[in-house]
Amino acid sequence: MTYILEGDTGDWEVVIGLEVHAQIISNSKLFSGSATSFGAEPNTHVSLVDAAMPGMLPVINEHCIEQAVRTGLGLKAEINLVSVFDRKNYFYADLPQGYQISQLYHPIVGEGTVILDLDDGSTREVGIERLHMEQDAGKSMHDQDPKRSFIDLNRSGTGLMEIVSRPDLKSPEDVGAYLRKLRSILRYLGTCDGNMDEGSMRCDVNVSVRKVGEIELRNRAEVKNVNSVRFAMQAVEIEARRQIDVYEDGGDVIQETRLFDSVNGETRPMRSKEHAHDYRYFPDPDLLPLELTQEYVDNIKATLPELPDERKARYMGAFGLSAYDAGVLVAERDTAQYYEEVAAGHDPKLAANWVISNLFAVLKEKGVGISESPVSAKSLSKLLDLLKDDTISGRIAKDVFEIMVAEGKEAEAIVEEKGLKQITDTGAIETAVDEVIANSPEQVEQYKSGNEKIAGWFVGQVMKATGGKANPPMVNQMLKDKLK
Amino acid sequence: MTKLTDLTISAARDGLNGGDFTAVELTEAHIVAMEDARGLNAFITETPDIALERAGESDGRRKAGAAVGAMDGIPVAIKDLFCTEGVLTTAGSHILDGFTPPYESTVSGNLRAAGSVMLGKTNMDEFAMGSANITSYYGNVINPWKGKDGKDLVPGGSSGGSAAAVAGRLALAATGTDTGGSIRQPASFSGIVGLKPTYGRCSRWGIVAFASSLDQAGPMTRSVRDAAIMLGAMAGHDPKDSTSAPVEVPDFEAALNGDIKGLRVGIPKEYRMDGMDPEIDKLWSEGIDMMKDGGAEIIDVSLPNTEHALPTYYIIAPAEASANLARYDGVRYGLRVDGDSLDEMYANTRAEGFGDEVQRRVLIGAYVLSAGFYDAYYRKAQRVRRLISNDFKKAYESVDVLLTPTAPSAAFAIAEKMDDPVAMYLNDVFTVPASLAGMPGISVPTGLSHQGLPLGLQLIGKPFDEETLLKAADVLEAAAGFDGRPA
Amino acid sequence: MSLDNETVKNIANLARIKVGDDKLYHLAGELSAILSWVEQLNAVDTEGVEPLASVVDVTLPLRTDVVSDGDCRDKVLANAPEVEDGFYAVPKVVE
Repeated sequence: MTYILEGDTGDWEVVIGLEVHAQIISNSKLFSGSATSFGAEPNTHVSLVDAAMPGMLPVINEHCIEQAVRTGLGLKAEINLVSVFDRKNYFYADLPQGYQISQLYHPIVGEGTVILDLDDGSTREVGIERLHMEQDAGKSMHDQDPKRSFIDLNRSGTGLMEIVSRPDLKSPEDVGAYLRKLRSILRYLGTCDGNMDEGSMRCDVNVSVRKVGEIELRNRAEVKNVNSVRFAMQAVEIEARRQIDVYEDGGDVIQETRLFDSVNGETRPMRSKEHAHDYRYFPDPDLLPLELTQEYVDNIKATLPELPDERKARYMGAFGLSAYDAGVLVAERDTAQYYEEVAAGHDPKLAANWVISNLFAVLKEKGVGISESPVSAKSLSKLLDLLKDDTISGRIAKDVFEIMVAEGKEAEAIVEEKGLKQITDTGAIETAVDEVIANSPEQVEQYKSGNEKIAGWFVGQVMKATGGKANPPMVNQMLKDKLK
Repeated sequence: MTKLTDLTISAARDGLNGGDFTAVELTEAHIVAMEDARGLNAFITETPDIALERAGESDGRRKAGAAVGAMDGIPVAIKDLFCTEGVLTTAGSHILDGFTPPYESTVSGNLRAAGSVMLGKTNMDEFAMGSANITSYYGNVINPWKGKDGKDLVPGGSSGGSAAAVAGRLALAATGTDTGGSIRQPASFSGIVGLKPTYGRCSRWGIVAFASSLDQAGPMTRSVRDAAIMLGAMAGHDPKDSTSAPVEVPDFEAALNGDIKGLRVGIPKEYRMDGMDPEIDKLWSEGIDMMKDGGAEIIDVSLPNTEHALPTYYIIAPAEASANLARYDGVRYGLRVDGDSLDEMYANTRAEGFGDEVQRRVLIGAYVLSAGFYDAYYRKAQRVRRLISNDFKKAYESVDVLLTPTAPSAAFAIAEKMDDPVAMYLNDVFTVPASLAGMPGISVPTGLSHQGLPLGLQLIGKPFDEETLLKAADVLEAAAGFDGRPA
Repeated sequence: MSLDNETVKNIANLARIKVGDDKLYHLAGELSAILSWVEQLNAVDTEGVEPLASVVDVTLPLRTDVVSDGDCRDKVLANAPEVEDGFYAVPKVVE
């Protein structure tokens, strides 16, 4: 589906590239031994290294390297066995060293791929240009005092992976699909928790527009402060529209950094970035080149979990699920695990239906994630057991599920307690069938004179008589036999 | 008996062990000397209370038979580039006003753990940028040596306060740091021994950084033996410094066996420069003869890229410094000069906090790294640096050490060479190449100029072979029999 | 390379050092002299020579991922010119 914006002078298309900053899951910071955890008292998770005291030196955290390599492998990217840390020089209050240790010239990870799962069930590849490691900055608080900003360095020095996409994204939908997929991969890998609201995954959106058919890229704006998938999609729409308006009013879009304002639904130039930047990158002389062996990379590769794309393929191939259903189930690792636990020993399609139709509806209604589901995978699996061995019918199962959600009880107990066990005893069903036939001479007549549609009515009557518990196939068969 | 302030470390060790005097007595003598010589401006901060306390502890250890080594009870001065816990640390700069580190540098901590007694923090060129100790915010240091005309002379730099303190008998020894010659050149100017170890031998953790790929701490002493003893206490692998070499610290003093028979001493022809001072030339020739007389084999070698070393250094060092000094921004420590915005505060603080030479180097550094110039200057300099490093590697295929002059002249008067930065840079012409290559170098005083001022020769060794270097220096020292001292 | 006043101003801004207009001319002269001097390197043939960033002949040491530092706010803030409620305070920043 092509995303085209109409303008007064013709049709426009949008070109988007994303730079995602993903905080590496690790106990301690990238170059110091202080803790990374979120939400501590200001400046408590700060070492003398993080505060850039004179003479302090960086020593790299091996786990962060492993996480970056793991992520690179998850993005099907080439791992560079030699990478180099550079200093990126700029002044800012929450950047204590006056430079950020990053990797410009020789990043640890090179080109890779992310596959987008689009809403219509189709997929598309988006190129990853690179992934590099760098230090996070601290936080500045600007709203607490009329004349001063306050600086907390707790986050300063935490390991980040900057993941840069190629400008392969064409629409807000693409942006949403890309961010969700990337987040899913990071979570599967356990390298970043992907929580955009806590800022552990952040993105800068590079947007430019061009007339449909143009080959050359026009100037782009880098939009910052986009802290949810929804905002990223909105920011693209708003910024693209702004740029089109600028061009159509005869102006020119300048290459600049802009701030997304979700409250006013606009983007505006960032004052602190007004000066053209010249980061004066050069190799950090406090660190040596990072050299990895192929064996090290292979060892990490051997421990990679099954990732969403592979899992989706498996669900489609081995389980026969539709692309859409498989995509939905694998998007979150927790969901996929839940599903697989439910599907074990059952019809995978039936299990998928139960998770997607029944369980998701409940989760949505309650506004909770699958990890807080009121019905555990084990409980749902047991419910499917009852269906499988004909203890209950499909219709009763839905009722039982509702009770499970409401009362938190196990399916078996509910069936027992409420006497919902399916009647499979031929004698009991026969009694009910005979009774219905005896009481409905008119309908019997109609049936015999060729109105077979009335068969359904008989089934309904028998089910009613048995409180819905009679085994439907048995009822069908018996009615057929008796009405002959 | 020799005055306590005239002892070497090795003699003081023997005296302390023999009970001739206590560490407290030794320290008191130096505190008096330090106070009497305030006119030299060798110290930024004197720490007599700390010194006496630590000397007392040392005497206690010795009494209990638990002295921790050769440095136990030895009063030393610490260059004010080393962060010292609870003691003002300035790097000779206004911008570190009032900065009291809550931590101790690895090297000064090692010295303390070895029992040495800190007398105070010595004056230095601001952020170690200088060759005459005239860029310090705390004023210039005066060389205890005087020429025949009696004018005040510079002690060299940047470790000028340390050199003056050791030469002037205010401390038995001192720490220095050397980025392009900052230990060796002032040692030569002040008639003492100064050793810059192999890059990676001493930890840089807790030393205010100037140029990270070059900075190296080392001892400044009154004998080669003392340098060996003190280096042993300073050196060692430090996991907190990623560039610290994981190598064992040998017993350097044990290497001083006086035997250099068959030692191959290289004489790099490119160090014999046009317009070389005949006095320096003569000193060098005498040094060559001394090594020959000691049984060494003299071999002419070529280090063809020597002439490119200084400009290479003056691109790389300022570039690294421009980033290393970015942290002095008025936010977390030191001076703050207010401004209406954050950027104004930065610019005001750094304009007032940094002196002229530091500003020049920071600006040069920023320029050579800036967009469009990085390849032409910085990358180019790094390529030439490899050529220089390769020169040394090649030379070391045929020689064990190199012998060169340390500095192109004796100490000069305070008013000279002040206005032309480039002329000042030329002071380091003989010391910078080894710095760029990371090689260890030592300056040994071997003679006096016509003005009666000390002159030193430099020996340059193979990486992590300070033992051979010190052995050769010990022989050179003995042969030269330098016994001059400031009047 | 001869630096003009405008270039010096730009570099000074990059380095966040305030340089008064009265000092610009003199400083431009000094910096130009230093640059002209280092430019003698242009004459050196470095074709095919890899840049040398470090003379240390060891590989990058790695640290295990344990929390071994931090939790020392007093030390971190002890030397700060201005502190408020555990934060560093600076002149207000407009984003």
